[in-house]
Amino acid sequence: MAGLELLSDEGYRVDGRRAGELRKVRARMGVFAQADGSAYIEQGNTKALAVVYGPHEMRGSRSKALHDRALVNCQYSMATFSTGERKRRPHGDRKSSEMTLHLKQTFEAAILTQLYPRSQIDIYVQILQADGGNYCACVNAATLATIDAGIPMRDYVCASSAGFIEDTPLADLNYVEEAAGGPQVALALLPKSDQIALLEMNSRLHEDHLEQVMEAASKACKDVYAVLDQVVRDHVHEVTTLLGE
Amino acid sequence: MLTSRTFLKRTRAGAVMKVVREHYLREDIACGAAACEQCGQQAGEPRLEAQPSGAASSLCPAPHYLLPDTNVLLHQVDILEDPVITNVIVLQTVLQEVRKRSAPVYKRIRDVISNPEKHFYSFTNEHHRETYIEQEQGETSNDRNDKAIRVAAKWYDEHLKKINNEETIQVILLTNDRNNKEKAVEEGLTAYTCEEYIKSLIANPDLVDRLACVSDEGKEIESGRIIFSEHLPLSKLQQGIKSGIYFQGTFRANRDNYLEATVWVHGDAEENKEIIIQGLKYLNRAVHEDLVAVELLAKDQWVAPSSVVLQDEGQNEVDDENEEEKENTLKSSVNKNMLRPSGRVVGIIKRNWRPFCGMLSKSQIKEARRHLFTPADRRIPRIRIETRQASTLEGQRIIVAIDGWPRNSRYPNGHFVKNLGTAGDKETETEVLLLEHDVPHQPFSQAVLSFLPKMPWSITEEDMKFREDLRYLCVCSVDPPGCTDIDDALHCRELENGNLEVGVHIADVSHFIRPGNALDQESAKRGTTVYLCEKRIDMVPELLSSNLCSLRSNVDRFAFSCIWEMNPNAEILKTRFTKSVINSKASLTYAEAQMRIDSASMKDDITTSLRGLNKLAKILKKRRIDNGALTLSSPEVRFHIDSETHDPIDLQTKELKETNSMVEEFMLLANISVAKKIHEEFSEYALLRKHPAPPPSNYDILVKAAKSKVSFNILE
Ligand SMILES: [Zn+2]
Repeated sequence: MAGLELLSDEGYRVDGRRAGELRKVRARMGVFAQADGSAYIEQGNTKALAVVYGPHEMRGSRSKALHDRALVNCQYSMATFSTGERKRRPHGDRKSSEMTLHLKQTFEAAILTQLYPRSQIDIYVQILQADGGNYCACVNAATLATIDAGIPMRDYVCASSAGFIEDTPLADLNYVEEAAGGPQVALALLPKSDQIALLEMNSRLHEDHLEQVMEAASKACKDVYAVLDQVVRDHVHEVTTLLGE
Repeated sequence: MLTSRTFLKRTRAGAVMKVVREHYLREDIACGAAACEQCGQQAGEPRLEAQPSGAASSLCPAPHYLLPDTNVLLHQVDILEDPVITNVIVLQTVLQEVRKRSAPVYKRIRDVISNPEKHFYSFTNEHHRETYIEQEQGETSNDRNDKAIRVAAKWYDEHLKKINNEETIQVILLTNDRNNKEKAVEEGLTAYTCEEYIKSLIANPDLVDRLACVSDEGKEIESGRIIFSEHLPLSKLQQGIKSGIYFQGTFRANRDNYLEATVWVHGDAEENKEIIIQGLKYLNRAVHEDLVAVELLAKDQWVAPSSVVLQDEGQNEVDDENEEEKENTLKSSVNKNMLRPSGRVVGIIKRNWRPFCGMLSKSQIKEARRHLFTPADRRIPRIRIETRQASTLEGQRIIVAIDGWPRNSRYPNGHFVKNLGTAGDKETETEVLLLEHDVPHQPFSQAVLSFLPKMPWSITEEDMKFREDLRYLCVCSVDPPGCTDIDDALHCRELENGNLEVGVHIADVSHFIRPGNALDQESAKRGTTVYLCEKRIDMVPELLSSNLCSLRSNVDRFAFSCIWEMNPNAEILKTRFTKSVINSKASLTYAEAQMRIDSASMKDDITTSLRGLNKLAKILKKRRIDNGALTLSSPEVRFHIDSETHDPIDLQTKELKETNSMVEEFMLLANISVAKKIHEEFSEYALLRKHPAPPPSNYDILVKAAKSKVSFNILE
């Protein structure tokens, strides 16, 4: 029989969202005292943790140091218990390395690295539970952690995915929608200037539809931005009242 | 609001996995009632009328909306499709269940919902904050769904009371499940069985005929003797098939003998490919095209395919002796050498019932309401239906659907669906032919037509960017007289080096039909244009088939061209393919083309081109035949139509001219060249067709017929 109906004729997705709606986003900043910055985010059932160290002196080989800007060092990992089936995930498997590279590109574009020549910024993210949109959750968590660490950025980097099913662009895909194998873009956006930090696409999408899907993704990024901004403001408010006492 | 669904699932590797999925509950799902002000902005127009205009019911005179449960939707879709039934709430729970259980019914219900005149509204109750319920510990998912339906009905009931209307609109739950109905009434809902409700409709007594008769399992055991053995449950069948006790195959009833059928076993086993089933009991209620499980009989019970013609003519239920007698006629006169693997049907894996066309055989008893229906397809058993309009339906072609086949019934039970018209009428019979051969023949829908190019159409500069301009070539087409869909055209000219350039130009339909859109899907579903005696059922709308994609003379048309350079010996030196624009110089019939070739006086460009083509075609054909090509003749026929009555009066096979084979030859050559190209470019994905040698058993019937009729033997 027919597989899962990803978008009903009434316009609801498998989990009850409408096409353009995000999953519920919950986030907290400053979850670790030891790190310079840290944050935890939940986007639906996808949960990610990010910690940021730096900027600090170069660790390891000094030859990697860049004379005009800071080096952004990223590391992406998935907890063994993050997926339905437990799998051992050695560090540096192909998927993780690819993700690490994407994160690095994204944050090199967002952090004002030229302010810290010859130094290094470390961003570590881990997926605690994977339910679609891993890259996006990582970017959003890392953004909050970077802000928590007080590292200057051009703007927030907000990421969201979008897919294309039944001639309709869907925002923020969950695992079931991702697994259906349709086209999917992941977009990391600097929302104020509408600049793209990273754009990635899986599987094939007809050129005619690209614009719609991009629009849905950037709208989703801006929605994410609104949530993240609120989280940051709440956090600052909380911290200042604590300091005030 | 957010909740999560958690369930356990077994993975392919056999491990148990816990799956957690998010499930959002919303507050913005509208009830769909036109008079409702609480639900705020409704997406699109409200579907349920403020003053439901459906048929008056004696059970429920007040205005009401209907809310059917899953089984009512599944079995009574014929009723729901009737224009009389309007203002129906279809729950998401019900829709999802139907989608799982029957794709055709789901499609039909979707069509009904999208018809604004029916006022059906599909309510997403599983995502509504007040109608979502959890499955309780120990509760089956069926019970849970029944409960969800009742909860939604209750919600509607209370929700509608809050509407400021003179009369409160009631919600009526339709369910045939006694248990569910009792519970609903306990909870204060109005609930009827589908039968009760339909019978209560004052102005529409004939709707009752179309009720599917799904009797309770329990009831049928009590009454009457059991004729058939029980069908095994699916799980047992699957086990049996896995362990090799049973065979899975497609049931094919014998056209000439209703007591015999063959099951074509699936898979590539060499042995027991075909299993013969003989006798009512062993056929065990399987219907032509069903997917069945068969048990092989012991060798001493094997039978031979019968050589007698047996039509089921019984009118009476209790006709055992007669039946046995007939079965015995099968067994006598059996040749030991003809014995074949035989078996009996132990269970049905999947029914493949469709609505059947046929005629009513009215019961001899005057007042009887139960009548037998004889399908036009002789492989389908007769079906018992209940109707009060037997005398009206007599002599009409009607459609009947099977509902079930209880163990104590000689015939399957069904219900009347539609009257096609008087038997013998040209329109009625045409309709029967189309329906029986499953030819989609409805007019094209608006959605399909919306993808047609806007007229007047012209070639743009953008189009020319990717096309070669071949309008200067002397292209012409050769087709049967009266042909309006010209899909191919040819040209041939001499090159300076003494070689010949030959081109085949095929109408570029893909320019107008983009992959995946409604037009593409509809054309794919139709698959071919069907030619009837005086009617043509187009695969693509006429604007394309007879105009924009018809390579008519003296207009610019898009084509896909295959162009060869050949030497005078018809050996290909160069092949190329291109999208093109052509302008045919003449649309000829086979006879006209032949005349030009044979004429001594004509020497124009078109004629020279035709002569060149003809010469090459002869060489090509000879080479093909020498290489062992098979000539399969499927003569085309033409009808002679009486000019006054428009009745076909004579049939004539078309005379084949040289030019017929000329066109055929070049089409073949184009196909061969394209196939070669595809194989070269996409060797891994190319689909190449090959006919395996037919198994000798395919000729059994022919051999047997030859022996019995003219007593000559066909040698192996
Ligand atoms: Zn309402």
